[in-house]
Amino acid sequence: MMEEVKDVSPTLSVHGHNIKVTEALKDGDTLTFLVVSQKLSGTGEYHVARTYDDFEWLQQHLFSQEDVPGIQGVIFPPLPAKAQVNASAKVLKQLGFLALEEWQPYCKALEAFLRQIAAHSILSKNKAVEIFLTSSDPPGRQRIKKNIFNRLSQAVEGMRKEGHKDVDDFFQTERDHNLLLTGCTKTAAEKFLDVVLTEQKIAVACGHFSAALHLCVEPGEDPDKQAFSKACVKLSEVFDSMKKNMTSVAENNLNTLGLGLDLESRYQEAEKEMLFRRTCKLVELEAARKNAEKAKPVKKAAMEEVKKAAETEFEHICGVAKQEIAHFHGVRVELLRQSLVEWCEKQLLTAKENADQFNQHLQAFRGLA
Amino acid sequence: MADTARHPPPEHTDFHELEDGEDLFLEPAATQESGPASLPAEDISTNSNGPKQDSLFDDDPEDLFAEATEEVSLDSPERDVLLSDGPSPAITPITPPTSVITPRLGLAHDDMFTHSSFDEIEEEEGGDSFDMHISVSDPEKVGDGMNAYMAYKVTTKTSMSLFKDNEFSVKRRFSDFLGLHSKLASKYLHIGYIVPPAPEKSIVGMTKVKVGKEDQSSNEFVEKRRSALERYLLRTVKHPILLKDPDVLQFLESSELPRAVSTQALSSAGLLRMVNKAADAVNKMTIKMNESDAWFEEKQQHFENLDVQLRKLHASVESLVCHRKELSVNTAQFAKSAAMLGNSEDHTALSRALSQLAEVEEKIDQLHQDQANADFYLFSELLGDYVRLITAVKGVFDHRMKTWQKWQDSQLLLQKKREAEAKLQCTNKPDKLQQAKDEIKELEGKVQQGERDFEQISKTIRKEVSRFEKERVKDFKTIIIKYLESLVQTQQQLIKYWDAFLPEAKAIS
Repeated sequence: MMEEVKDVSPTLSVHGHNIKVTEALKDGDTLTFLVVSQKLSGTGEYHVARTYDDFEWLQQHLFSQEDVPGIQGVIFPPLPAKAQVNASAKVLKQLGFLALEEWQPYCKALEAFLRQIAAHSILSKNKAVEIFLTSSDPPGRQRIKKNIFNRLSQAVEGMRKEGHKDVDDFFQTERDHNLLLTGCTKTAAEKFLDVVLTEQKIAVACGHFSAALHLCVEPGEDPDKQAFSKACVKLSEVFDSMKKNMTSVAENNLNTLGLGLDLESRYQEAEKEMLFRRTCKLVELEAARKNAEKAKPVKKAAMEEVKKAAETEFEHICGVAKQEIAHFHGVRVELLRQSLVEWCEKQLLTAKENADQFNQHLQAFRGLA
Repeated sequence: MADTARHPPPEHTDFHELEDGEDLFLEPAATQESGPASLPAEDISTNSNGPKQDSLFDDDPEDLFAEATEEVSLDSPERDVLLSDGPSPAITPITPPTSVITPRLGLAHDDMFTHSSFDEIEEEEGGDSFDMHISVSDPEKVGDGMNAYMAYKVTTKTSMSLFKDNEFSVKRRFSDFLGLHSKLASKYLHIGYIVPPAPEKSIVGMTKVKVGKEDQSSNEFVEKRRSALERYLLRTVKHPILLKDPDVLQFLESSELPRAVSTQALSSAGLLRMVNKAADAVNKMTIKMNESDAWFEEKQQHFENLDVQLRKLHASVESLVCHRKELSVNTAQFAKSAAMLGNSEDHTALSRALSQLAEVEEKIDQLHQDQANADFYLFSELLGDYVRLITAVKGVFDHRMKTWQKWQDSQLLLQKKREAEAKLQCTNKPDKLQQAKDEIKELEGKVQQGERDFEQISKTIRKEVSRFEKERVKDFKTIIIKYLESLVQTQQQLIKYWDAFLPEAKAIS
């Protein structure tokens, strides 16, 4: 168990923008991630090992900051679902892109998570962040008392409240738009994942063909046999190139646009959750108002108190939410922009390399004939 | 008496394509020459497959060879079927320019031609280098319902003096191609020439076309068939002997072609099945051929291996084609979802970029489809063609074995006749003795012929195999170069697309 940090230093002692999650280490059934951050002062680094549970600990701490006004209006950076060694098919499907390539994309997703938290004006002030990033001991594992963001309750009540009409046009529009975008983004991410998986299959098939060609090589002096064998060997090289090509294309897809769409999709979900919390608060507020109106004189004062508290909280939430939404829009456009540009640049580079390679093969073949 | 009289060809209307389970030799009576005299005492030839006509022996125990006729050659059922086109005027007999074929009794076709004439054909052709371009195009549906068929235009462009014109075209249907193949096979397979197999029949594919389903799969089917027919013709005319065959010339040139009737039965698949069955039967009856020539043994093993390898490659490519088609479908779906995302997006520049993304992906989908076609038409079909070709090659080797067997049988028969004659010397039966002497004389001729035939077929096969191997290497190299060109082109297209998209992506702000 950690000692409490007494010093109320509200800012982090490390840079937020270049936090890295460098590795995923397998230790039996658990995955451990290495988190590296640069000290603000001087040239030192913090290297800490964290499990998924530690990430969840951090998130819970951030969720449960009841003393921060309007905390429910924050769009919390999304934490990916839990990664498991020997994950079930269901888990793999849920993780999508993040489950591929030996957890490398997953590390990137965790990295994005930490960087966004460190960059957040409200969240970065939480002590838990500093502890998480710098403490050599693992952070405490106890469950925080109240989880106001209990997903289960959200799901149950979702049916009733999600459609609740808003009092504010801005928010109503935002809610509608978010609903639409969340669906579209999720679909696009899923379809793109299908593309990547098929590309990987093709790479494997090319490998098989290349291997099968090697079996056609025959020893012997016969000039025809030799000619055929040479052709088979060369063709086998061509298919090896094709395999590499496909693998690169798939990797590029995965690491740029794939991750981009995945993060975008999870971020949209995070906004959705924030908007939902606000809507719930709105429902609560409207109920409190009604209660205050209808209250008998005995209870009236108390109900008024409740009503006032609800109003204040709701105001705070709306205030924070508006800021968050504005920020969010900027961030997500930038995020997509970056993904698309990187994606295009990488694919362009790969295509040029491959064109060269295939050209070389072609020339070599023409030389044979 | 002991002569090479043949039964008239069996009723071909009753013939039906053999299913796999059927025994090739179910109707020996209809398909073979009259039963051999199989001597119980000795094992003349283990390939005698006729009914033991014990009645033969009852007549005259001494006259063992009284009813002896030519032994049954295993290829006769198949050959009879092949020739069941009847005394068809469509089969134009070969008349090589020089020398004389010694015709055997009556029919235009007989067991063995003397092929010295073919060698001369080949050597003469030095003057005219191979310059022919054949295309099969414009598939056109003719007729309605189940009687409908596809007519293809066969265009030949050539400068060779063999043809009247430099450019000409005719209309042919699928059964015409099958008919051509059956004629060529009946004339040349058994003397050692590797006759390219015709494309496979497909009941399902054709029915869809007949019924008038104008969907993608029936279009693909027609295209696949058109391409296969083209390749088939090209392979056939590349063969120097086949090119000069009058049936081939007629097929390419004459506007009217008599309808090949029995091709319902004689698909190349059916034919090859029969050849295979005959081959299996041969193996089962263990022709122990004294292979004096290691070349043949080695080559047979070589083709066995090649067959296995090519089949593996073919399976591998089919899997690749399948995945590529899947990729095309997935890319198209992603393009759609990207378009929807672009439409929902209210940020203008981002929205536009996403729509552009959708367009790029659609174009890439088209590239995937083209690539899948290249995979298929270049490699998959090539490998399939060669798997079928090798079956023909194996068939030719089997024919050689049968030829050898026939020769051996003649020799053994001759020996027995000589022994019998020696015995007859001691008796006082001048008539019978004379008869025996006549028979011996004839058999001696036969033995000599058998030996010549065997040597000829061996020689032909050597040449054919050499030509085949060279063609194979050329074929593969040509295809590989085409394929590589398609790969390079695809990449260059991709580069163009990415180049065009990059500024759009960067423009998002």
